[in-house]
Amino acid sequence: MLARDESPLHHTPLHALHVARGGKMVPFAGYEMPVQYAAGVLREHQHTRSAAGLFDVSHMGQLALRPKSGKVEDAALALERLVPQDIVAVAPGRQRYAQFTNPNGGILDDLMVANFGDHLFLVVNAACKAEDEAHLRAHLSEACVIDSLSDRALIALQGPKAESALAKFCADVSAMKFMDTGPRKVAGFDCFVSRSGYTGEDGFEISVPAEHTEALVTALLENSDVLPIGLGARDSLRLEAGLCLYGHDIDTTTSPVEGALEWSVQKSRRTGGARAGGFPGAEIILAHFEKGAARRRVGLRPEGRAPVREGAVLFADSASAEPIGKVTSGGFGPSLNAPVAMGYLPSPLAAAGTQVFAEVRGQRLPLQVAAMPFVPNTYKR
Amino acid sequence: MTILFTTDHEWLRIEGDVATIGVTDYAQSQLGDVVFVELPKVGRSLKKAEAAAVVESVKAASDVYAPISGDVLEVNEELAAEPALVNSDAAGKAWFFKLKIADKSELDGLMDEAAYAKHTA
Repeated sequence: MLARDESPLHHTPLHALHVARGGKMVPFAGYEMPVQYAAGVLREHQHTRSAAGLFDVSHMGQLALRPKSGKVEDAALALERLVPQDIVAVAPGRQRYAQFTNPNGGILDDLMVANFGDHLFLVVNAACKAEDEAHLRAHLSEACVIDSLSDRALIALQGPKAESALAKFCADVSAMKFMDTGPRKVAGFDCFVSRSGYTGEDGFEISVPAEHTEALVTALLENSDVLPIGLGARDSLRLEAGLCLYGHDIDTTTSPVEGALEWSVQKSRRTGGARAGGFPGAEIILAHFEKGAARRRVGLRPEGRAPVREGAVLFADSASAEPIGKVTSGGFGPSLNAPVAMGYLPSPLAAAGTQVFAEVRGQRLPLQVAAMPFVPNTYKR
Repeated sequence: MTILFTTDHEWLRIEGDVATIGVTDYAQSQLGDVVFVELPKVGRSLKKAEAAAVVESVKAASDVYAPISGDVLEVNEELAAEPALVNSDAAGKAWFFKLKIADKSELDGLMDEAAYAKHTA
């Protein structure tokens, strides 16, 4: 353990497999991860949309919240003190998207919360996992035992062929619907399987004991429908799906309302709801619900061919000196064969079809505000 | 006709006082799938080491620098329309622009094919 902790970059249990398969390894959130394989980002992206892509997301944090009372509802109520979501309403075998908020109404991290019947299972972002765990320990230790499941890897299998590929090793998965989750035997290993992902495609995320990860992934990759996919295509897929990347599209300065994540805050936690407020920054976030926020995350489609990337400053017209916002994610969308971006604009300019301009290499390039997702999702509801 | 190379992974084909410029096969292999190319305006006067063109892959944008000084005589419109040519034929169809060489002595610092091969080995 000591040797691993002292090394500058962590390795996931699939590191050797990535290298053996020609993965181009780069530093990411403290880990050495494959940005792409020999096929390249474009083909990896297209393969995920047309067949199935396999992603190593073991760098993400996995945590169990075990209620000291033995009642999962107590863990849910405790967690509701840190997130604006209705966690009590998450039924056993279901999961929900959530955000840890801060006293300013900003977002500390976004996460998935699953009800495993007797405890909650959380998946958090790699770059935030140490802070998230400390945050949970600081606020929930009275009600819950917090277990960091660092002995588990996490893989994602995404795309129209994901179900058939996974069903060879776990027949149960065909009956699952989007956001169903729970323990399953996969190829005989004790896994947690959820029908979810970060690509806009139908697919699964599979938490697997670290020592069995390589065996499971090797078995999945024997299927010619399944190709390993790097972080490059993971980013272009999630961008086309309109999904936020924490630290870029949402962060400690953006409220869930500014981040256009109202859909993720249930009525029960809003003003007038059964358990309204009671999470960090509730006053500010609920005010944003009632009065609106000054700015909003929007989808952006450049009118030309040039990608407009993160950090590009936005203007209302081709000449004005006053910046009105910023691009937070941007690149090329292989499925659209066109550049795509998202960013923040003043709320009055956030309507689809509004034209704005981004400054790229000294030129003002026109973009249109566009509805997201850019590519329709194919979740199995 | 002489082919020369820069440490920034550009190639130059010298024919008389005209240099045709592109990026090397090594460069395209490092860039990955190219999705956008921005070329300089014809007539623009480029100084050596000035950012002259842009090549963008799915993930990132990279500048192409003028390896020598000169006026832009012609740009490859076919490349602007089909940026993936950089990946399929970096040394041929994917030329970027042609320069009227301003100062032939600037060519002295560039590498020949053998030196470039050593540079990327």
